[in-house]
Amino acid sequence: MKIDVVVNGKKREFLIEPSEYLLDVLRRYDYSSVRRGCDNISCGVCTVLLDGKPIPSCSMLAVRCVGHEVTTVEGIEKEAEKIAHYFGELGADQCGYCNPSMALTVYALKKENREANDEEIKKYLVGNLCRCTGYVAQHEAIKKYLGDES
Amino acid sequence: MDIKEYIAPEKKEEAVALMKESLNNKFIAGGAWSKISIKKVDKLIGLENLGLCYINSHKNNLEIGAMTTLREIEINEDIKKIASGILSEACSQIMGISVRNIATIGGSIMGRYAFSDLLGCLLVLEAKLNFYSLGEIDINDFMAMKKVPDDLLISVVIPKKEKKGYFHKVSKTHLDFATLNITVAKDSKVMVAIGSRPGIAKLALNTCEYLNTVNSFNEIDFGNVEKLIEDEITLGSNMRGSKEYRSLLMITYLKRALREVM
Repeated sequence: MKIDVVVNGKKREFLIEPSEYLLDVLRRYDYSSVRRGCDNISCGVCTVLLDGKPIPSCSMLAVRCVGHEVTTVEGIEKEAEKIAHYFGELGADQCGYCNPSMALTVYALKKENREANDEEIKKYLVGNLCRCTGYVAQHEAIKKYLGDES
Repeated sequence: MDIKEYIAPEKKEEAVALMKESLNNKFIAGGAWSKISIKKVDKLIGLENLGLCYINSHKNNLEIGAMTTLREIEINEDIKKIASGILSEACSQIMGISVRNIATIGGSIMGRYAFSDLLGCLLVLEAKLNFYSLGEIDINDFMAMKKVPDDLLISVVIPKKEKKGYFHKVSKTHLDFATLNITVAKDSKVMVAIGSRPGIAKLALNTCEYLNTVNSFNEIDFGNVEKLIEDEITLGSNMRGSKEYRSLLMITYLKRALREVM
């Protein structure tokens, strides 16, 4: 079946099976920043924004995205660059596998609550696992990004 | 997962009619657990276009549409005011925010998941479930049904009562299912529910009956409470914890809960 979905502001037509999840479809159509991790909503690396809200693409049927807007990290390029800058500055980055999903979630947090305190940041990011960094440097980088008014 | 066709009707009657067409047709709510709960389906019936995503505050109750996400429940100010905000608190501890943006209260109820942190809250809040065909059913009666009805859940109604509440989830990490969860609410009477035992959440009715005979925390005979709750709440062992460990957790957190609400 064919579905029309807006991805990163552009209308796209995807050929899918009704059983296919958004993660599989996005990767098949070369949105390779969307990563596959646990594939069972536990790790967060498959996060994309659906109408601006973070969702796990591994468990969202692609057919349900018709009429909605999907955003991958390519769709928030300028903000992703700022996040990458702070992550680099504070050494909050190692293998980079979780970075696109982390950037999208942090971007959504800033839209929702740019004055989030330490506890609120931790709670918002709890579903995004990073197996390299130990989170401390990431946490500091996120705080700097939230305070960035440029 | 094998789905032959996906349909998202705009009318409730259409959704119910599609469901009645075949035993191989299924409803899907948020779909967070679709990978474990749906194997082979002829028609998967999405409920997202039925207008079931709302939280309405009425004079005597709150009505939550079945397709309302856990995140929307978590941040709703009216829900935070009910029974010390136990329902908001329970939602906030379920997986990460991205999962709570798709998981719905209706899916959590109709899945009757043993690990659910919400069912205990709904039991002590004395929630009613509004079904399309069956009408209003008490959550406790729903939990006692042998089989989940093939009916469309429309909304969950929570009475606005002046209750103190307590919710605690014991889990190894934030993303893990509970080893045990305990929910207590008190107005003129005390209600206690234990979930993830690892069985599904259940009210401790005999324990509540005894607790309703005492006037304060200091009057409680905890030897009696331990005996009553051990007798009526069946615990078990699994990879998250042994029966004995769960028993210690249940007693410890019940004491803490009662100290807080009484």
